[in-house]
Amino acid sequence: MTDKAQPEMMTGAEIVLRALKDQGVKDIFGYPGGAVLPIYDELFQQDELNHILVRHEQGAVHAAEGYARSSGKVGVVMVTSGPGATNTVTGLTDALMDSIPVVVITGQVPTTLIGTDAFQECDTVGITRPATKHNYLVKDVNDIARTIHEAFYVATHGRPGPVVVDIPKDIQFQTGVYVPPEEVKHRTYHPQVKGDPAAIEQALELMANAKRPIFYTGGGVINSGMAAVEALRDLVKATGFPITSTLMGLGAFPASNEQWLGMLGMHGTYEANLAMHGCDVMIAVGARFDDRITGKVDAFAPGSKKIHIDIDPASINKVVHADVGILGDCGHVLQEMLRLWHEKNLSEKVDREALARWWNQIDVWRARDCLAYQKRKDAIMPQYAIERLWALTHEMDPIITTDVGQHQMWTAQYYRFDAPRRLMTSGGLGTMGYGLPAALGAKAANRDKPVICISGDGSIQMNIQELATAIHHDLPVKVFLLNNNYLGMVRQWQELLHGNRFSESYVEAQPDFLALAEAYHWKGMHVTRPDELDDAIREMMAHDGPVFMNVQVVNLANCFPMIPAGQPHNEMLLGEEVKSAEEAGV
Amino acid sequence: MNKPATGIPPASAYFITPEKEREELHTLAVVVDNEPGVLARIIGLFSARGYNIEQLTVSETEHERGISRITIVCRGTPHTLNQIRAQLSRLVPVHSVADLTLMGDPIERELALVKVVGEGEKRVEALRLADAFRARVVDAHTGSFVFEITGKSRKVDQFIELMKPLGLIEVVRTGIAAISRGPKPLRAD
Ligand SMILES: Cc1ncc(C[n+]2csc(CCOP(=O)(O)OP(=O)(O)O)c2C)c(N)n1
Ligand SMILES: [Mg+2]
Repeated sequence: MTDKAQPEMMTGAEIVLRALKDQGVKDIFGYPGGAVLPIYDELFQQDELNHILVRHEQGAVHAAEGYARSSGKVGVVMVTSGPGATNTVTGLTDALMDSIPVVVITGQVPTTLIGTDAFQECDTVGITRPATKHNYLVKDVNDIARTIHEAFYVATHGRPGPVVVDIPKDIQFQTGVYVPPEEVKHRTYHPQVKGDPAAIEQALELMANAKRPIFYTGGGVINSGMAAVEALRDLVKATGFPITSTLMGLGAFPASNEQWLGMLGMHGTYEANLAMHGCDVMIAVGARFDDRITGKVDAFAPGSKKIHIDIDPASINKVVHADVGILGDCGHVLQEMLRLWHEKNLSEKVDREALARWWNQIDVWRARDCLAYQKRKDAIMPQYAIERLWALTHEMDPIITTDVGQHQMWTAQYYRFDAPRRLMTSGGLGTMGYGLPAALGAKAANRDKPVICISGDGSIQMNIQELATAIHHDLPVKVFLLNNNYLGMVRQWQELLHGNRFSESYVEAQPDFLALAEAYHWKGMHVTRPDELDDAIREMMAHDGPVFMNVQVVNLANCFPMIPAGQPHNEMLLGEEVKSAEEAGV
Repeated sequence: MNKPATGIPPASAYFITPEKEREELHTLAVVVDNEPGVLARIIGLFSARGYNIEQLTVSETEHERGISRITIVCRGTPHTLNQIRAQLSRLVPVHSVADLTLMGDPIERELALVKVVGEGEKRVEALRLADAFRARVVDAHTGSFVFEITGKSRKVDQFIELMKPLGLIEVVRTGIAAISRGPKPLRAD
């Protein structure tokens, strides 16, 4: 015997589970079917891996996303061939857009049947190629282990993303060699993590000489991990600069801190957008200049120098020109910047007077109180509902998920996130139906934390079937439904951009949500009056089990501020309650 | 039918800004792992992002290591060409991407097989021109020739143009192979 152990032989299905275990997987979200039966058979005969049976494969991927984003681990999905695989496409695209590490294992028809239009055959790798960071069809049982290990590597290195591994059924039955993760090294994919020192120097030089600086951060900071979050917080505090972030970046910097300006972009705050517009140095970290952020690109932060730190080479210089592009992991780069900032004593160099003037200007913008809204006694304003939810729950440090629409933007504006990995939302793809399954995934990864899905009456019905998963797997999350009887965000655009023509945005024939919740064995609640709201929220949180709370809100409220069509950041629409420029002393 | 509530015309919240830079033609060398689907990935990237491919040539170059080299001629503004490079370089099976045009004036060659049918004067003229272009006769029949011509794409274009009135009936081209000048190799590391 040599000291190298005999290769371990096992069936393809056993290899799959062993590889997952060796990757540290604890939970799998999935749905069985013919082409994955051998793997499900193995699952049945073990108890290290916990399988969570969703009610639709789209839900499995969103749950895996919620799991991944709330925990920093990889979310794992298992589905069958054909319809099982095609049902994952929305979730995969969602994870791709938001850079979420997910590994999806799909069964495939036996290799001998591939290409024959066999029952439940589809070209899974072909269909998911543009929806994944990478994907594989495994045709040899001896390649299964290596491929799965590679899939985890690819999903988590560089800019994270979803990876599909398609495994034909005959391969699952065959016997082959298991290779442990340590023996797998990627042949081509080695993204740069350390930033170029010269570029970092240049960036610091710009920052130290800035008169109107601003940090603009995105989901990349959260994806990078706690080291990046801490380095960001320290650097922002050391510099004394203001900071704003994208929807995906909320929580990386605490909303309760004085230097925080709120979210930027189409529904960002007045102060954040005007500060972006007027800045002379922008430090963009792990953000990708999405069109909902920049507005009209020509008029985006005119006259500013831009520093862009990103792990993805294709994100730098894609939408706007970066004066200093730093390719690398933002954790590494921010730590290095922080170290050099102190070492070179750059705080001394900063023009304190200019910075004070900049803050004065920002305070004037803040004084307009752009999130002010009409307070009502007779009906619940949606903004008020979120404000109260925040007031009554934030000390419990809950995880919040949202669906897509006005309620999502109100959540971003009025629920003040102080920590990363507390907001799960579909930012890039804007997928209605994300919220509930994502909440279940987040709960599976964080059983000790309250999880609340803030949803809309349109969105919740896009993956409503997952109410059953919550009961089946004891995932007691809360649904806080802002029911406005409209596809509210669509209605708002129609009001503001399409001459008030509410084409198909009124939701007729709504279900009785209370009865619906109860039919799924959830506790249902229904609130219509502002004076009932606090008690209802307390009751919802105190209840030991899943609660579906239908909050009937004002139907026609609009989400402001809003940057309308074709306008630059300094041309924002504000709500009626917002102070005029004179009142605010602008 | 619902009547429009107001006369306000529809607007959009997307902002399309026209490109101002001029387009250029560049030759890229992309070294990839020769795994299934790699070509589909590259072509898919071009179509999904709206980039223009003018020419594409693929072949395995290092059999033992399973490495292929893809030569792509593409058109775009300097900004787009930059993006194409960055997008290609982040594909998982891609070893390296080089813009040969940016690195200098690369050597580029293409091969074409050209079938010409004709008799008498035209046949003689076709042979004479082929000779001038250093095209080889690789197949000859009493009524036809197949010429093999190698050179820069422009030269091949010209030859084909000249053969048209002389009885050209079929053409096949390889697309270009390109390599940089000087002692430095392009590495697949
Ligand atoms: C799957 C999907 N289909 C369509 C849309 C377009 N869309 C964006 S917001 C929205 C309305 C959402 O309505 P609701 O969930 O009730 O939220 P509200 O805006 O009323 O808060 C729609 C239809 C989308 N984002 N996702
Ligand atoms: Mg609604």
